[in-house]
Amino acid sequence: MPAHRWFTPWLLVLPALVWLAVFNLWPSLNTVVLSFTNAKPLGGGTFVGTANFQRLLTDDQLADALLNSVVYMLVCLPLLTVLPLLLAVLVEKRLPGITFFRTSFYSPVIASAVVVALIWNWLLEDRGAVNGLAQQLGLVSGPVPFLTDRWLLIFSAIGLTVWKGLGYYMVIYLSALGNVSRDLHEAAAVDGAGPVRRFLSVTVPGVRNTMLLVTVLITVSALRVFSELYVLTNGTGGPGGRDMSVVMLIQMYSRGFTGHLGYASALSILLFVVTLGPMLLLLRLNRKGADA
Amino acid sequence: MSRGFNSVGPREKVLRYVLLAFVLLITVGPFLWQLATSFKGPGEDIYTATPRFLPEQPTLGNYAEVARAIPVWDYIGNSLVVAFLTIAGNAIGATLAGFALARLRFRGGKLVLGLILATLVLPGEVTIVSQYVTVRELGLADTLVGVALPGAIGMLNVLLMRAAFQAIPRELDEAAYIDGANAWQRFVHIGLPSVRGMLSVVVIFAFIGAWDDFLWPLIVLTDPENYTLTVGLQYLNSSFTSNPRVVAAGTMIAFIPIVVVFATLQRFFFRGVEEGAIKG
Repeated sequence: MPAHRWFTPWLLVLPALVWLAVFNLWPSLNTVVLSFTNAKPLGGGTFVGTANFQRLLTDDQLADALLNSVVYMLVCLPLLTVLPLLLAVLVEKRLPGITFFRTSFYSPVIASAVVVALIWNWLLEDRGAVNGLAQQLGLVSGPVPFLTDRWLLIFSAIGLTVWKGLGYYMVIYLSALGNVSRDLHEAAAVDGAGPVRRFLSVTVPGVRNTMLLVTVLITVSALRVFSELYVLTNGTGGPGGRDMSVVMLIQMYSRGFTGHLGYASALSILLFVVTLGPMLLLLRLNRKGADA
Repeated sequence: MSRGFNSVGPREKVLRYVLLAFVLLITVGPFLWQLATSFKGPGEDIYTATPRFLPEQPTLGNYAEVARAIPVWDYIGNSLVVAFLTIAGNAIGATLAGFALARLRFRGGKLVLGLILATLVLPGEVTIVSQYVTVRELGLADTLVGVALPGAIGMLNVLLMRAAFQAIPRELDEAAYIDGANAWQRFVHIGLPSVRGMLSVVVIFAFIGAWDDFLWPLIVLTDPENYTLTVGLQYLNSSFTSNPRVVAAGTMIAFIPIVVVFATLQRFFFRGVEEGAIKG
């Protein structure tokens, strides 16, 4: 390979390296250090041993948050694995106007989670359009408390997460569908396989790796849910604060005069441990994808 | 892709368009409903049991009301400052590093790459607390620079730019080298022109990410004067005078610019997708 002065590459990677050190490496180490202190958002803090971690074990709000995350993840996972694939198959063919549909289906992805949650707040509230419509059709007699009942609130958050995520995973599947062999489709068609049969025995196996990647992505992002629940509950964490997510707790303890950065750091480490498995798998899949 | 066997019969075509229209209603409908609400006059009953889509007394007053309720122009300005810093940092920092890691062989290069890959295992939310402490110690708490700085060179963007530079044929480089081009000249004349597509993708997503972000500015900013648009919007909704028409106008103010940016640049994005350039 052509030679160059030894410092040239270092000069080029220097800005990125500084950012890596200051905003990734150092904060990672410091999270561990902070988790053993009683630091406040305004500064200071002394060593308190494992007090923050002991507190994790007895925190009822955290127990609720973890339960919420698990329910949220288990419902999102099948929906967001399957629906975007069907959508990708639908927009794959280059019909006239297909670019318009692709871009439109992607629009919820580019909207801020805050905007999305505010829109759904308005749709789902007691006197909002969804309740109005349901009552009009005689489906329910009174308003459904989508935003004020603990479990309905979680399911509302799931609904808008699926709605917002459809386009994102559709695009990932779309890029994978390009690699599914057309010959296989043709051969299956010649053998008399209908569209459903071909979808199940040609398309699905063809995008199996992508599907795995998508499930890992959904798992990790489900564990990190924040804005949707925060805005849907106006920052209160739902009825009795029982609809908190782990990230909401981290956020809560990171702000204001009463904040507790030490405990927020302990929560961060817990979040890291929970997401580590899926993240490592993601990294492996990504590297395989890059080699292919 | 519509050739030979893959061509679509008339019946399938109708079915496909029906399904496309149905999904369109689900994905875009809520935005249109919000847009319609934002034009509804104060005398209109927006809570009727039979929801009406079209405003009966169309008005732009709700948009003016947003500006009276919150300093929305300042918030837009703040969001733009953050977006500009983020775009500039990523366009420059990620491109330079991506080029070095893809096209220049150097001692320690593998280690740098490994470190960058390792950061992908850390979800941003995990380090957010000590990132806040770092920004505070730099004296940047409650400033827009503090909001923009941590994301100003995204490690994922470095990897994306590296992938784009790697796709350039080696022979091009070698020919230029034989012609006496140094690393910088090869970067400017061979590298940059070939990665414009990926650079646009990085710029689009730097803008979207900065404009849409909520958690980080919420933690860093305390003075309402410094709020970005997303944080300000949440404030608009929770204020006791909360009026759905005004909140609707506020959400449209945040949503429409990003739609315009994306619609203008989407061809780069979907071209990238079809080339398989965008992976997870």
